Amino acid sequence: MHTGFLTIYWRDMLRFVRFRTLLFASLVQPALWLAFFGIAMSNNFDRVTATLPVFPGVRSVNYLTFIGAGVIAMTTLFTSLFGGTVLLFDKNWGLMRETLSSPLPRIHIIIGIGLSGMTKSFIQASVIMGFGILLGVQFFEGYSPMQLLVSLLGIMLFVGIFSLGFLFLSAAIAISMESPEGMQAVITLLTMPFFFTSNALYPVSSFPPLLRALSTINPLTHLVSGIRYFAIGSDFSAIGIRYTYTQSDILVSFFALLAFAGIMFLIARWRFSKVTVT
Amino acid sequence: MIQKGTAKVAGYDVEKEPEKVRESIGIVFQELTLDRDMTVREILEYHGRLYSMPKTARQERIEELIKLVELEGKRDTLTRHLSGGMKRRLEIARGLMTRPKVLFMDEPTLGLDPQTRIRIWEYVKDINRQGTTIFLTTHYMDEADQLSDRISIIDHGKIIVTGKSWELKNALGQDLIYLESSDNAAASGLLKGLSSVKGIREKSKGIVVMVNVDGTYLLPEIMDLLRNGGIRVKAVNLKKPSMDDVFVHYTGREFRDEGAEKGSVAIVRAGRR
Repeated sequence: MHTGFLTIYWRDMLRFVRFRTLLFASLVQPALWLAFFGIAMSNNFDRVTATLPVFPGVRSVNYLTFIGAGVIAMTTLFTSLFGGTVLLFDKNWGLMRETLSSPLPRIHIIIGIGLSGMTKSFIQASVIMGFGILLGVQFFEGYSPMQLLVSLLGIMLFVGIFSLGFLFLSAAIAISMESPEGMQAVITLLTMPFFFTSNALYPVSSFPPLLRALSTINPLTHLVSGIRYFAIGSDFSAIGIRYTYTQSDILVSFFALLAFAGIMFLIARWRFSKVTVT
Repeated sequence: MIQKGTAKVAGYDVEKEPEKVRESIGIVFQELTLDRDMTVREILEYHGRLYSMPKTARQERIEELIKLVELEGKRDTLTRHLSGGMKRRLEIARGLMTRPKVLFMDEPTLGLDPQTRIRIWEYVKDINRQGTTIFLTTHYMDEADQLSDRISIIDHGKIIVTGKSWELKNALGQDLIYLESSDNAAASGLLKGLSSVKGIREKSKGIVVMVNVDGTYLLPEIMDLLRNGGIRVKAVNLKKPSMDDVFVHYTGREFRDEGAEKGSVAIVRAGRR
């Protein structure tokens, strides 16, 4: 098998580790989200929801636990959408020429960037989970070591596929754009609808029908569902709402993410085939 | 992109075997194309990996090339901290990383100081001696003259003449005599008749006479001829044709900035093996 994508992966990770500030910021930022937004909101929500009746026999989790999954998903979304930016810089600085004029098949550039971005997402997700548990996120409670292992693998699988999808999208945008400012604008525009039509921060069950339909096709919703299923359980309540996930629900979410990543890969491949070396 | 006909590089058809062609060539681009955030060694490592060089071959080659371009002390320095000349040397090393049969260099000494230029010329000659054919484009005529086995002058995208340096210069005659006189048109009319005059070109204030005999002996004869013809000579100058003269002769214009975009010199250096 041609392992050219490892070259792209190696270079991208080299730069990631080299810039200590960037590395540090990318790890601290999601933790801060959880610390400030999470704690502030959970105090409010928990006070309001304290008066709501509880579902008998159903485990109730605090708001911090509820959005813990949301913060992991959101961070993965942002990191992945910006993960392709390096390609735009490479293109603008003439660095892309070297890679494009080499015998390396172009598809390896997409795969390499995808894998390095995925690795970054794994690191971030682990940091958020560790930090979150310190802050009082009730993840993996009462799990046996075996269950914990399976849950972690499940979360990483969902995070991995999700991040690949958005990295492919990001790579496709980067290779088609001329200016970093333009790319920034496009990505900011994209994050809004993904973010706010998902179940990351609040329940979607009381959304109006159109928004609810959007949230059903939103990959972020599927990622959040997956993380909650693995980290909290298949039946719990939060903010006075009962959540149940069956195995087939999670399987549907998994295939939805897989389909999303597949489509994004095809789009990226198509955009890359259009690039010419000048 | 080929519009018409076929092209072969290192024996491979550009259209049908682009992968083979890519494997057998090296390129040094005109603008710097180094990642500022990678070290000298990493730049070479990345390139070797792109071309799937095995690990040991890669490491050996990196050491060889770092020695060749004299960057031993800079192995682990980020390229953002290198001087312009060092960056260029690193790029040349990178172009050679995969031991290409053919190396393309696009104006490798553009914007470098004279000492660095001369050093780069030394590397180019070295590389060539080791058997790599080099295609080098340049706007510096002295560079073309110094480095090339064969020179092609390109004007408006077309090769207008190809030959060895001395062949191209001889085509202009053995010597060039520049004259300013009271009546340039009459002077050129008179001199055209001489058998030793190859041609005459008009300049803004005078004329250039191309002669195919030793100018030092012909010059007194020319002066006599003009004086007898009633023409007063105001200034005179004798020189050997340079590559600049060759360029002006073939493209019909001075080597100015606006012309530079259209006219350039491509050098073909055949590798001796």
